[in-house]
Amino acid sequence: MNYCNLITIFAFINLLVSIPHGYSNYVETKAGQFFSSGHTNNWAVLVCTSRFWFNYRHVANTLSVYRSVKRLGIPDSHIVLMLADDMACNYRNPKPATVFSHKNMELNVYGDDVEVDYRGYEVTVENFLRVLTGRLPPSTPRSKRLLSDDRSNILIYLTGHGGNGFLKFQDSEEISNMELADAFEQMWQKRRYNELLFIIDTCQGASMYERFYSPNLMALASSQVGEDSLSHQPDLGIGVHLMDKYTFYLLEFLEEVHPASQANMNDLFKVCPQSQCVSTPGHRTDLFQRDPGSVLITDFFGSVRKVEITKDTINLTSPVEPPIKRSGSSDIQIESLTYVDQLPVAEIIHQKPKQKDWHPPDGFILGLWTLILLVFFQTYGIKHLKHIF
Amino acid sequence: MGLLSDPNRRKALTGLLTRLNTPICIVCYLAGIVWFMGLAFEPFTLRTYMSENAMGSTMVEERFSSGERALSLAKEFDAHKRKAGGMPVEWLVKAMQSRGLEVFTQSFSRKLPFPDENKERYMVRGTNVYGILRAPRAPRTEALVITAPCSPGNTNNQAVALLLALAQYFRNQIYWAKDIIFLVNEHDLIGTQAWLEGYHHTNITGMEYSPLQGRAGSIQAALSLELSSDVITSLDLVLEGLNGQLPNLDLANLFYAFCQKLGVLCTIQGKLQRNDWDTAEGYTHAAQTMMLMVLKQACGRSWGDHGLFLRYHIEAASVRGINSFRHYKTDATTIGRLLEGMVRKLNNLLERLHQSYFFYLLPSLSRFVSIGYYMPAFGLLAVILLLRALDLWVHLGAPALAAVDGVTEAEQPSSPGVLTVLTPVVISHLTGVALYLLPVHLQEMAVEHFPVSETEAVVLTAIAIYTAGLALPHNTQRALYAVVMVLLSPAFTILYCVFIYQELIEAPVSVSEGWMLFLSVISQGILDHALYGSLVYPLLALFIYPCWLMFWNILFWN
Repeated sequence: MNYCNLITIFAFINLLVSIPHGYSNYVETKAGQFFSSGHTNNWAVLVCTSRFWFNYRHVANTLSVYRSVKRLGIPDSHIVLMLADDMACNYRNPKPATVFSHKNMELNVYGDDVEVDYRGYEVTVENFLRVLTGRLPPSTPRSKRLLSDDRSNILIYLTGHGGNGFLKFQDSEEISNMELADAFEQMWQKRRYNELLFIIDTCQGASMYERFYSPNLMALASSQVGEDSLSHQPDLGIGVHLMDKYTFYLLEFLEEVHPASQANMNDLFKVCPQSQCVSTPGHRTDLFQRDPGSVLITDFFGSVRKVEITKDTINLTSPVEPPIKRSGSSDIQIESLTYVDQLPVAEIIHQKPKQKDWHPPDGFILGLWTLILLVFFQTYGIKHLKHIF
Repeated sequence: MGLLSDPNRRKALTGLLTRLNTPICIVCYLAGIVWFMGLAFEPFTLRTYMSENAMGSTMVEERFSSGERALSLAKEFDAHKRKAGGMPVEWLVKAMQSRGLEVFTQSFSRKLPFPDENKERYMVRGTNVYGILRAPRAPRTEALVITAPCSPGNTNNQAVALLLALAQYFRNQIYWAKDIIFLVNEHDLIGTQAWLEGYHHTNITGMEYSPLQGRAGSIQAALSLELSSDVITSLDLVLEGLNGQLPNLDLANLFYAFCQKLGVLCTIQGKLQRNDWDTAEGYTHAAQTMMLMVLKQACGRSWGDHGLFLRYHIEAASVRGINSFRHYKTDATTIGRLLEGMVRKLNNLLERLHQSYFFYLLPSLSRFVSIGYYMPAFGLLAVILLLRALDLWVHLGAPALAAVDGVTEAEQPSSPGVLTVLTPVVISHLTGVALYLLPVHLQEMAVEHFPVSETEAVVLTAIAIYTAGLALPHNTQRALYAVVMVLLSPAFTILYCVFIYQELIEAPVSVSEGWMLFLSVISQGILDHALYGSLVYPLLALFIYPCWLMFWNILFWN
C-alpha cells in the first residue's frame, strides 16, 4: 500500500473525527455567547399622563410607541399601557374608535387589538410607582403588574405636560425627578431590571433624568431644561394636534426597524435633531455599563428571542463570561449584593454567651454610696479618716 | 409712636388735610378723568388673547355650504310670517322636525305695567319655538343655545333661515359633545325671558308661561343672531347685557379669531377698527368706542337678545349682520362657517368660560382694558368723597379745641338736634320712593284728568314728582348755586348722556328730538325694571335722587 494513501486515509479519518469536535466547539462558543448578553426578557411601561380632548397628541404619542414595541415582538402580557384619557371614544372625535398619528389620517395607531392596562383615573403617581416597584396589593391582576426579574430589559416611556423637575399627572398631581430616581433605585435593589431605557417627551424633559443614580440606566428626553417640546401637525378634520415632534420622528425611525435589524442606540440619539424638533433632545448614558454603540434598538424595543437549533449535546463546562465592559471608563464597582439575613441562624445555633460591656456604675448606686459615705463622715468626723486609710 | 397716635404728627397731618383739601380734591378729580380717558390710548391697553385652553389654537376646517339655501328659506319664512300675522308656529315646527330636531313650543303672556309705544296694549302674548339637537354619543348634561328672534315686518328673516340651515348641517355631524338648542323667540326680550325662566324653573319677573316640555341640560354658552338682509358687509358684536353685565372676554376673543380667519369685517359698537393709534383721530375713535360701551352698560338695558342669559351665568353674545353698502360683501355661507367654527370651538369646552375677564372695556375688538386698569380712575373719584368727609369731621371737632384753649369764645353753636337732621333725610327718601312707585300707579288717574296716553302719563308724572321735590327749601339767595345744582341733577345728567350717545354713534340730534328721546329713555327704564328686573331705575329713584335732594336742601339750609 502507498504511504500517501495511508496518510490520506489517516488524515481523512482524523478530519472526520475532528469535524464534529470542531463543530461542538463552535456550538459551545456560541452557547457561551448566548448567556453572556444581559437580558432574557423584555418589558415596556408606556404612560400617557394628560387628560382632555386637547391633549390628544399625548395619547397618540404613547400609542405609537406601543404599536412599535408590539410590532417588534413584545407581547401584551409584557406591556403595561397607562392612558389617562380615552381619545378614541371621546364624544368630540369625528372618527370614533381611531387615534391618528399622521395628518390626513394615514396611520391609525389605535388599531384593533390595543390593550390598555391602566385607564382614566387609574393613571396616578401612586399607581405608576407601585407598578415600577412591584408593591401592588395581592388582588392586582397580572396584566397590571410589572413582573420583571433581574434579567429583564425594561423600556419606560412617559409623555404629558412637564416642567423643570416634575411631570404632571391628570391635571391634579405631579411626580418629581427625585421620586423617579428613588423608584429606579428601589427597582435596582430589588433586582427588578437588568437594563432600563427611559424616554420622556415633555417640556423640559431633560430635568427628569438629572437625578438618576442607579446603574444600568440610559435616558433620552425630547428637550433640555428651559426649552419646550413642540407639537407637530394639526389635523384640520379632527381639530387637534396629532403628535409631538419628537415622538413623530421617533415613530418614523422605529418604523424602519425590524426584529433582525442591527440599529443601535447611537442612531436613536440622532433622532430629531434641533433642525427638525426645534428643541434640543438630550440623552444620558453615564450610568450605563455597555457602550451605547453596542446596544441594539431591539434590546429594548423588541423581544428578540435568541434561538439556535442544534441536534448535538453540548457540554457547558466553562463559566458564564461577564458582559463586555465599556472601554476606558467604568469605575463603577459592583459589590456583590446579598439580602440582609432575616434570621441570624448562626447565632442561634451556636449560642455563645454575649460579653457585656462594662458600664460605669448606675446613678442610683452612686448616689447610695455617696449617702453612706456622708452619713459615716457626719457621724464620726473627718479625723477618723485615718481609720480607713 | 405711630403716625396717627402721636398727637403732634396727627395735628400736622390734619392741618395739611384741611389746608390742602380743595387742591387735592381738584387734583384727584382731574387725575381720575385723565386716567380714564388715557385708557383708550393704545400702548396702555393689552392685546386680546384666548385664555381658555380647551378652545386652543388649532382651527378646524369649516365645511358649511348651504348659504344660498338659507337665503331662499328666508323668503319662505317671510311669506309664512305674513300669512300668520305673527310667528308661523306650525311651519317652524314642521321645518325643525324635518331637520331631525326634537321640537317643542312654549306659550307665554305678560301684562305690561303701561303700554309701550311699540306694543300699544297691556297684554303681550306669544309663542317660542325651539328644537333640540341631541348629541349622538354624549350624555345630555350640557347644552349650547343658538337663538334668532322672530320680529314683525322684514327684519331677521335671514337669521331664522340661517338657524335652520345650520341645524340641518349640524345634524349630520357626529362630533357634538353637547346638545344644541335652536330657539326662535317672539317679542324679542320678553320671549327670551319667558324661555329662560321656564328652562331654569324660576319666576322672577311675574311672567306667565307654559312649562317647557323638553330640556337639554345646563347651558354653557349662547349666541344670538340678527340678520336682516341677504347681503352683509360687516358683523357687529354686541356684548352689553342686562344691568351692564358682560359675557366672558373669551367669547369676544373667539368671535374676533374667527373673523380674522375667515376674513370677515367685524365691528364693535358699530365702529370699524383703525390702525393709526398714534394720531388724534385714531385716539378719539378708540375713546369713542370705549365711551359708547360705558354708556351702554350704564343704561342697564340689554342691547341684544343675549343679555338676559348672563343673569343665569350663561356666557352669551349677539352677532348682528350689518349692510352698510360697502364694496366688500360677505355671503351667507361665510357667516354660516363663522358660526359653525364658533359653535365647534364651544363644543370643545369642558367647563364654563371662566379663564378670561368678566369686567372689561373694549376700545376696539383686538384691545381690552380690564377692571384692574379702569377701577383706579373711579377710586380716585371716590377718594374725593373720603377727603371731604375727613375735612368735615376735622372741622366738626375743631370748635371744641378752640374752646379748650381758654380764649373767650362766644357760646358754642348749638348742635343740631336729631329731629332737624332727620326731617330732610326722611322727606328726601320719601320723595324718592314716590318717584319710584307713583308714576306707574297713578297713570289711570293722570289719563282721566289730562289728555295724554298712558306712556306719556307715566313719564310726565315722574318728571312732575322730580320737580316737586325741588320746591322744598325756601331760601332764594343763592340763585347761581341753584342753577348749577339743577344742571348737575340726575335728570339733566341723563339728558346730557342722551346727547353724547347720539354724538358718539354719529347720528346727532336736535334739541327737540333729544328731548323726545329723553322721555322715551325714561319710559324704557321704567319698563325694563318692571319686565326684566333692570336695576337702573330703582337705583336712580331710591338712592341717587334722594342724595341729590338732600344736597339741594343743605344748599338752601335756613
